[in-house]
Amino acid sequence: MEAVRFENVKYSYDGGESYAVNGVSLSVREGEFLAVLGRNGSGKSTLAKLVNALLVPAEGRVFVEGMDTTDEKLTFEIRKRAGMVFQNPDNQTVASVVEDDVAFGPENIGVPRDEIGRRIDFALNAVGMQAFRDAAPSRLSGGQKQRIAIAGVLAVRPDIMILDESTAMLDPKGRREVMEVVKKLNKEQGMTVILITHFMDEALQAERAVVMHRGEVVMNGTPEEIFARSEELETFGLTLPRAALVCKRLRAGGMPVAEAFTAEELAEAICASLQRD
Amino acid sequence: MLNDVTFGQYYPTRSFVHNMDPRAKLILVIAYIVAIFLADNFFGLAAVILFLLVTVAFARVPLGRVLRSVKMILFLVIFTAVLNLLFYGGESAYEPLVQWWIITITYESIVNMLFLALRLTLLILGTSVLTLTTTPVALTDGLESLLKPLKYIKFPVHELALIMSIALRFIPTLMDETNRIVAAQKARGADFDTGGIVKRAKAMVPVLIPLLVSAFRRAEELGDAMDARCYSGAKGRTKYKKLRFTWRDLVGVLAVAALITGVVLLNVYLGGKFEILSWIIPQ
Repeated sequence: MEAVRFENVKYSYDGGESYAVNGVSLSVREGEFLAVLGRNGSGKSTLAKLVNALLVPAEGRVFVEGMDTTDEKLTFEIRKRAGMVFQNPDNQTVASVVEDDVAFGPENIGVPRDEIGRRIDFALNAVGMQAFRDAAPSRLSGGQKQRIAIAGVLAVRPDIMILDESTAMLDPKGRREVMEVVKKLNKEQGMTVILITHFMDEALQAERAVVMHRGEVVMNGTPEEIFARSEELETFGLTLPRAALVCKRLRAGGMPVAEAFTAEELAEAICASLQRD
Repeated sequence: MLNDVTFGQYYPTRSFVHNMDPRAKLILVIAYIVAIFLADNFFGLAAVILFLLVTVAFARVPLGRVLRSVKMILFLVIFTAVLNLLFYGGESAYEPLVQWWIITITYESIVNMLFLALRLTLLILGTSVLTLTTTPVALTDGLESLLKPLKYIKFPVHELALIMSIALRFIPTLMDETNRIVAAQKARGADFDTGGIVKRAKAMVPVLIPLLVSAFRRAEELGDAMDARCYSGAKGRTKYKKLRFTWRDLVGVLAVAALITGVVLLNVYLGGKFEILSWIIPQ
């Protein structure tokens, strides 16, 4: 089943001819982990907002589980199915206590009281923040805040989660924490994940990646396939993941290492090549 | 400069008064104020003081913290007291103490001044017990619940309560931001610490403008985030936190009822505030 389908979607912020998203057709499978890559201004955040009807396409259609986002009667239902985590954790927290913030979504969709309590338990458990139920979000670290934001989305029980550069403002530790949670949700709960990012290393965690450039999808494939085309990637203003970059340099310098994208793979490739000598 | 400003004056501890329902506390504070204004003699106010001391003891808040709240309105208390002392125009049963130009000071005006100052002070002390023992968020919840009937005359109770709680939630965030901007402007050579009041106020402009711009940006993102989490107003919305009246609130109601009864009885049996003069001053 398709979770999200874009059909030749165009969107312009000023209503004029410069399209932020310019003729994108894309389909995301149920349970898939898709990374959307692209430099600043490539249209990737606009793409994210088109999924849960925060923006409505000027041309073309977006379907979420078969529901058309241009139909206003379906907006509420679409947002229940497709949750979204934003970039700045401070700007998506509404309450001064963690549990109240997580309760915000379920309250909005009219979940009964007892069930909200259970959903808070479930959501905080899923992000590993159950110990912070009564804490004040302002006292938490960036990574913790963002995990609370994810819990707030989970409590609505969506099938699809969109992360719009949700790790961009975090330190490396916070980034790792958030990525762990996202991977776990995808693996264990079959959550469809659309991860918008400009960190190439994060894209490696995904099953499939697309590259956006000037509002268009210009590359589409597994992360490995995409990173194998490094020259093409560079023309879109993107670089390889760090380990892959080191690997490429080593090969250019004459060391016969196998292709590697993550630090672990690279370490193994180097060991293997040293043992061969 | 603005580091660790705890908003309001909430004193975090666990106590009988802290655990009371915020709605009960709000209503009881109003009843307490009524008691202050019903009291017509010093014995009534003494009963109020006794009540206040017992409440503070049960709230486990240091008395000093409660008294500190008077400091804020000390000027107002003194100002009203002095005006009342100098221009009290009531009848007097005694010879005036001072009579000069439009100023007349009598025994009655002294009594009146003391009575008024005491009333004002007790008023502030009582309300500060409320804010010391109740978080701003709980107060908002309590107000929302109490104002609920106004919904029927289309008064946006839920929306106002949400605005209040979001404002409270953003205070620490905007404080952090202000500190960051101040540091950034200092690094660019801004001077906030010297010069007169006008110069200092002007120096704050490069702080306030970026703060305002960023607050608007935050508001826009928050709006998107709330939309994305299915917010669509009060309609069809449930509430997770439910306020509950407990035995503590019943005890509170009984205590305040006793206070009001006591004050009224003291009024009836011991007369008005000037009665005291006839006991101490020979006619």
